[in-house]
Amino acid sequence: MGDIRYDVAIVGAGPAGLSAAIVLAKAGVKVIVIERGRFPGSKNVMGGVFYTDCMKGVVDDFPGKAPVERHIVEQRMWLIDDESYVGFTHKNAKFDNQPYNCHTVFRAQFDKWLAQQATGAGALIINQTVVTEPIMEGDKVVGIRTDRPEGDIMADCVIAADGVNSFIAKSLGFRSNLKKNAVALGVKEIIGLDEKVINDRFNVSGSQGVTIEMTGSLFEGAEAMAFLYTNKKSVSLGVGMIIEDMIEHNINPNELMESLKAHPAISPLIEGGETKEYLAHMIPEGGYNEMPRLFGDGVMIAGDAAMMVNAVHREGSNLAITSGKLAAQTYLEAAEKGDFSADTLSVYADKLQESFVMKDLKKYKELPKLLQKNRHLLDKYPKLINDAAFELLKVDGISKQAKQRSIWKNMKQQIGFTRMLKDLYKIWRTVG
Amino acid sequence: MHILVFVKQVPDASQVRVNYETGTLIREGVPAILNPFEEHAVEEAVRLKDEHGGKVTVLTMGPPQASEALKQCLARGADKAYLLSDRIFAGSDTLATSYALYEGARKIIELEGDVDLFFAGKQAIDGDTAQTGPGIATRFDLPLVTYLIKINEINLEEKYVVATRLTEFGQETVKVPIPVFFTVEESLNVLSHSPLPYLIKAEKAKIELLSGENVNLDKQQCGLKHSPTMVKKAFTPEKRQRGATLSGTLDEVADQIASKIAPFLKKVS
Repeated sequence: MGDIRYDVAIVGAGPAGLSAAIVLAKAGVKVIVIERGRFPGSKNVMGGVFYTDCMKGVVDDFPGKAPVERHIVEQRMWLIDDESYVGFTHKNAKFDNQPYNCHTVFRAQFDKWLAQQATGAGALIINQTVVTEPIMEGDKVVGIRTDRPEGDIMADCVIAADGVNSFIAKSLGFRSNLKKNAVALGVKEIIGLDEKVINDRFNVSGSQGVTIEMTGSLFEGAEAMAFLYTNKKSVSLGVGMIIEDMIEHNINPNELMESLKAHPAISPLIEGGETKEYLAHMIPEGGYNEMPRLFGDGVMIAGDAAMMVNAVHREGSNLAITSGKLAAQTYLEAAEKGDFSADTLSVYADKLQESFVMKDLKKYKELPKLLQKNRHLLDKYPKLINDAAFELLKVDGISKQAKQRSIWKNMKQQIGFTRMLKDLYKIWRTVG
Repeated sequence: MHILVFVKQVPDASQVRVNYETGTLIREGVPAILNPFEEHAVEEAVRLKDEHGGKVTVLTMGPPQASEALKQCLARGADKAYLLSDRIFAGSDTLATSYALYEGARKIIELEGDVDLFFAGKQAIDGDTAQTGPGIATRFDLPLVTYLIKINEINLEEKYVVATRLTEFGQETVKVPIPVFFTVEESLNVLSHSPLPYLIKAEKAKIELLSGENVNLDKQQCGLKHSPTMVKKAFTPEKRQRGATLSGTLDEVADQIASKIAPFLKKVS
């Protein structure tokens, strides 16, 4: 058999790869997507919140018939301690207006649906096939090699959307091996509950849903975040921690999950539920400073492969979709010129810079470093704030003024006045 | 040489759980796969085709989603895939299923030419009956070789196959005339990693549709109404007892084993 030739070869059928495939196929480009899983979505994991806006220009009537669970009308943020939390809640009737801001989704179903949109537009998706390396002509990427016999695919341009471990980005030398401090391990359980029980426990109806984001000293001083998202007939409960911290604190993901499930604020919400699925995945959390080179001769890198995750706002799939879309648009412009050199494809990086993707990632670029050097921010503060709230709200015959004094004294003892000022300044500089 | 393989889409049994209160299977959310025995049947058919020339056709009966299983057969190297799908077949037991597949196969013979070798898995992992394959063979009045583990020789001129099958007590090598029907064990072959062009072809291929309209059917033999199988009772089998541990010196243990297996050995001889 002769050479297999496509205009564009995409590695990975996740949100980045599939959105690129959809945009390209709609424009009449001959595109092939290579996926290592049994079907698109079979290996993909995320917390579960998918934002609507990024689908503009990919699937216009989203969600339409897409498999979404609940639309989110209330978001809770909790600073948790061993047996308490101090929280901030935002519920807004505006979140009930269509198009909904975001939905909870199951990736196994959602990615499968997104893949159907791609094949419907004319893209070809090949499953159960692993891309082993880029095919080079000098410094130029001219195709991809797969693990199958007669498995070379030649293409004008390769889009590497092969996820957090991106072998393509690595083998091109666009980035080094993942650093232990730039990757988190996320674990989650899907816990089945009756629809009515969920509606009652979270005070919602119909397809309304709630998200809870948590951080705090439950996690023994290690930088970690946890979440609970409501689906139609289940909740997704998960926790993520930087791998280096897991090693340092000798915590395994199972213990982390169990302590979260046992937390007095969480256990009543999942009581009586049955764990239906257990999932785990790596999350690239290095942020802007750890991003690889984004393009080269005949190649662009998108999604998790390019570390496009905004850990602060639990965003990732929308960055992936946007980057896939921009890579596709860059290809279309390059095809007009008939030139796929790094020079032409550099437009991809420009487009990303102009979009919210890079602006947001840049905004928080110092955060991973800040948290790594100042572990007490996620350990001591949540505890102090929980202690303070308890002191203030407990009525025990002690005057409020005395209580305030004692809280203040405790804070100064635990952290110190100048340090607190410095922390405030640092946080403001980093996320403000 | 024309080879026809009968395949079935089944729930992935490794992911099916049992509801111990009702004794029923929880199939919800369990992915559908190609019956593993039939994956080996298609593999063997494609190997034989590569060696002797000819073509491989696959046929399944099932809902429209079953075309996913057919695609998998095409990706393994089958040339053409037929889906026999009609509401009239809903609720078929093995008797009605083997009838429907027999008529489907007759239609394929009409369209694609005579079949030399018929293949099916030894059984489907969801029902474990091992009845449908033999049912089809009987309707065609073909020689049937069940539990196939090896094809030793194919002679297309003299029209015979030498094949080895598994029996309860060992192996049996038989010489059978073509056309012949095989039901196969997984040990028949090791699945190969299909070439990429096969996968691309499978994704692009059209699945041929057969229904009650274009297949000649006796409706009195189709579907739930004409499936005489009755489920009398569903129960969870008792757990197998754990094996006994023998102790003593080597000779003592050997004696104990000998006395335990002696009665069975007598039975066999």
